[in-house]
Amino acid sequence: MNYHTPESFEDAAAIAAAATGTTRFLAGGTDVLVQLRTDLVTPDDLIDIKHIPGVKQITRREDGGWRIGAAVAGAEMTETAALCADWPGLVEGMDLVGSTQVQGRATLVGNLCNGSPAADGVPGMIAAGCTVTVIGPEGAREVAVEEIPAGPGKTTLDRGEVITGVNIPPRGAHGGDAYLRFIPRTEMDIAVVGCAVNLRVDGATITHARVVLGAVAPTVRLVPEAGEAIAGTTLDSAALDRLARAASAACHPIDDKRGTIEFRTHVAGVLAKRAATIAYSRAKGDQA
Amino acid sequence: MTRRLHVSTTLNGDAVDFLCDPRETLLDCLRDHLGATGAKEGCGTGDCGACSVTLDGRLVCSCLVLGVEAEGKEIGTIEGMADGETLHPLQRKFIEHAALQCGICTPGILIAAKNLLDRNPDPTETEVRYWLAGNLCRCTGYDKIVRAVMDAASELREAS
Repeated sequence: MNYHTPESFEDAAAIAAAATGTTRFLAGGTDVLVQLRTDLVTPDDLIDIKHIPGVKQITRREDGGWRIGAAVAGAEMTETAALCADWPGLVEGMDLVGSTQVQGRATLVGNLCNGSPAADGVPGMIAAGCTVTVIGPEGAREVAVEEIPAGPGKTTLDRGEVITGVNIPPRGAHGGDAYLRFIPRTEMDIAVVGCAVNLRVDGATITHARVVLGAVAPTVRLVPEAGEAIAGTTLDSAALDRLARAASAACHPIDDKRGTIEFRTHVAGVLAKRAATIAYSRAKGDQA
Repeated sequence: MTRRLHVSTTLNGDAVDFLCDPRETLLDCLRDHLGATGAKEGCGTGDCGACSVTLDGRLVCSCLVLGVEAEGKEIGTIEGMADGETLHPLQRKFIEHAALQCGICTPGILIAAKNLLDRNPDPTETEVRYWLAGNLCRCTGYDKIVRAVMDAASELREAS
């Protein structure tokens, strides 16, 4: 295995593009090293991106949005109070990934590129309308987060392409987000169902909402019908019921030891209601 | 045959060097190249916390860090916890409260607990339990560990 420490993303992409064998990018390593150690994936070329300037930085952009470098660890996000205040749901999702030790290394971009449908960090990013910056042999492009996952363990990124960071839009006024997941214990488990909701209100009325489900389909899934079910409402019980039905209808889950199809489909609706309720009270400025 | 790489790092305040295969984990390097066998391998996949160390002050599983990633970093392990023959209050409280039996998880839990108390000298029991959720212990049932950490925190607060 060749271990590379490029000092720019252009160099990292060039190494990956020129490689003929198995290539992996290394940031936090909490998935890549598990795959390496269990002989699932032994890279011929391992490209450590942590020597690239800026990858460990959380930056507030001039427009009020945020830029999260590709190697920023979950703990570093949780410790950034202004980011938590703007996007509590997005940060909560990432914070649910693994233990304290894993939080010291695991990254938002890694959680996305690992391609798990149950990735806790991803629904919040999609709900928030985040993009990622991708650098490859053809240059740089900005891609919506929901366009990256292609299926379990797969992304739409081409050979030689690497994500340099996450772009979070400005929070703006009267917005709120939330992420909830169901696991059979209280900590250290993988989502059986996850749901992120991001919405904006005008007074008591929701002007628009984005609802995203995890672990109920081959990829994390944006559910436009679920967002439409609560837009224009004051999140009354009829709206919540429509939301739950739309969320459940979008589910195409697997049956496994952690949850049956029926259970996951039902819980998706329940979590959508609860996450929407939290996001709504945050958007209105209530304590939540 | 992969070329071995030279790594210069700091272990518990001392400058050290070692040669390693880039596939070797920091845990392997600590144990096999630096003679620091306090960190243990439990699961090898970042689930059990027995290999916990600090890297530039950040708690990590050393089984999920490559040795080559330690270049230029500061590593903290259980070997750096006691002051000579004088145990750290956490170590002393673990003995007083019988917060260990077989001892395999203990170095990792002590490192994790110290990292918590360095950041938060007055944690609630809930905070201790969540912080240590990534450190598995199959002997104690955790209660004795949590009590030892709370007691050590209290003593450290009084001493400061």
